Amino acid sequence: MSVDPMERYEAVIGLEVHTHLKTRSKLFSPAPVRYGDEPNHNVHPIDLGMPGVLPVLNEKVVGLAIRLGLATHSRVNQRSVFSRKNYFYPDLPKGYQISQYDEPIVSKGWIEIEVPTDSGQPAAGEKKRGETPKERRRIGITRAHLEEDAGKSIHDAAVAGADDTHIDLNRAGVPLLEIVSEPEMRSPEEASAYLRALRSILRYIDVSDADMEKGQFRCDANISLRRRGESRLGTRTEIKNLNSFASVEGAIKAEIVRQAEILDDGGEILQATMAYDPQRGRTRILRLKENADDYRYFDDPDLIPLIIQDEEIEAVRADMPELPDEKRVRFQDEYGLSAYDVGVLISSRPLAEFFEQTATACGSAKSAVNWITRDLMKELNERGVDVGELAITPEMLGALIRLVDEGRLTARSARDLFPELAEQGGDPEAIMRVRGLEAVSDPGVIDGSVEEVVGANAKAVESVRAGDDKALNFLMGQVMKATQGKADPTDVRRRLVERIRG
Amino acid sequence: MQRITRQDVERTADLARLSLTEAEIVALTRDLDRILEHADQLKDLDTESTVPTAHAIVLPTPQRADEPVPGMDVESALANAPLREGSAFVVPKVIEGEES
Repeated sequence: MSVDPMERYEAVIGLEVHTHLKTRSKLFSPAPVRYGDEPNHNVHPIDLGMPGVLPVLNEKVVGLAIRLGLATHSRVNQRSVFSRKNYFYPDLPKGYQISQYDEPIVSKGWIEIEVPTDSGQPAAGEKKRGETPKERRRIGITRAHLEEDAGKSIHDAAVAGADDTHIDLNRAGVPLLEIVSEPEMRSPEEASAYLRALRSILRYIDVSDADMEKGQFRCDANISLRRRGESRLGTRTEIKNLNSFASVEGAIKAEIVRQAEILDDGGEILQATMAYDPQRGRTRILRLKENADDYRYFDDPDLIPLIIQDEEIEAVRADMPELPDEKRVRFQDEYGLSAYDVGVLISSRPLAEFFEQTATACGSAKSAVNWITRDLMKELNERGVDVGELAITPEMLGALIRLVDEGRLTARSARDLFPELAEQGGDPEAIMRVRGLEAVSDPGVIDGSVEEVVGANAKAVESVRAGDDKALNFLMGQVMKATQGKADPTDVRRRLVERIRG
Repeated sequence: MQRITRQDVERTADLARLSLTEAEIVALTRDLDRILEHADQLKDLDTESTVPTAHAIVLPTPQRADEPVPGMDVESALANAPLREGSAFVVPKVIEGEES
């Protein structure tokens, strides 16, 4: 039997994402939402489940949920209801989580992902390198509902000791949107593409920072397998608490292998909740769902159903920032950029905005995109930072590009200057003057250097006459050296060729 | 027709972490059944054109501005804790991932 289970089975994957909403205070209490503080410093009696308290809805989250609904082509429900989800756990002081159940605030939408054309299909022999045709696919959004986060249990023995668990309720009550996808993904790569697309949207519309390291963007994955050609769904399992793209892909791969082995042996998949161990690259059963979770949901009597008026939805719509997919289309149309370049530029909203401002500042979208995808991205990747964290501004990069495009600074000098500008900022023209980096454009000076180099390298000159381009490159290098790299290489080449080949 | 069985009561009590005596189980089974019987009378009414009442008051949802206030005093927050360490509540070891 072949090693790749994807040849025999089709994976059916659905994802549930919990994303922290970008608010200053909690969902139902005025306690601050902050990360990294000492335990239990950001709590309110409401978060502690004290008797007699009344939750009051934070108005900001309503607007954020509407934004998500509009950005995912979903229906924003004019009536939604808060329900109590009852369970007992030490980091849930009330004994219930306020969530939404049968009437969520957002339902039935979709987002687009970009996947290799053969994604989810059995691998057809060796894949060709460098050529992966891509297609855009819609993944359905089943629903998105508002709920409060639980507190944090600290199990780490180094902090809590071997016999104890510490409870920190700073996170208790932080507003979340739980976004549930349709089971429409067919491979770990598609699941990852969906998460990236969703995270990008959340950041573009300023609904969530979706920082996985801070636990602001967490994922549960539902997976079942069925034989290729079968239309009935298999029994699914749910992997909980996947907190990085690598662990989402790793966990789904591992679970596909585990289920395939059981099915190959004629076994039966048991409905279960799973955990993923990234060190061992394996999933294991946490608990079987023989006793289906019984959370005894009921409408929260403390909260009146949430009614959203049309005007409110329209006000949010009028205020919506441009979405990644809209930007993609516009950048291609307006600036005539390649799909690859656009993909890099729209990967984050600050980068896309940096590009547009640079293009305006230097008057050339083409030059701006070259400098950003090459030099700026290199700095960002090497430093592992976002564009906002560098000192360079679009105005500075625009000024630098203008100096090059006007022939006042060679591309080489500009590139040498770039890392310093990225780190410390500054006025490129002033730096150029102080350092004496102005391009040599005086024909007399360049011709002087050409004459000198030609006189000193008779042998190479002979070779150039004989048509040897390598020798020409050598001579060019000599002239560039003599002019300290401040001459325009194209100009130098032209003058050398004229001088030698006449 | 019995609407609530003894098993329903035992399971619900278990989910709610309630420990009931034999007498309480018997009484609750009977009482809950009678409550449902009472509610069942609604079935005799024509509610075709009646909007379900989710809440007794018709009001817009009260909302507050997203303005944080400082968290409560840590000592008060922890005052009821049987065990604490630093400013954390301490509970017996929980097996990771058991719930949600």
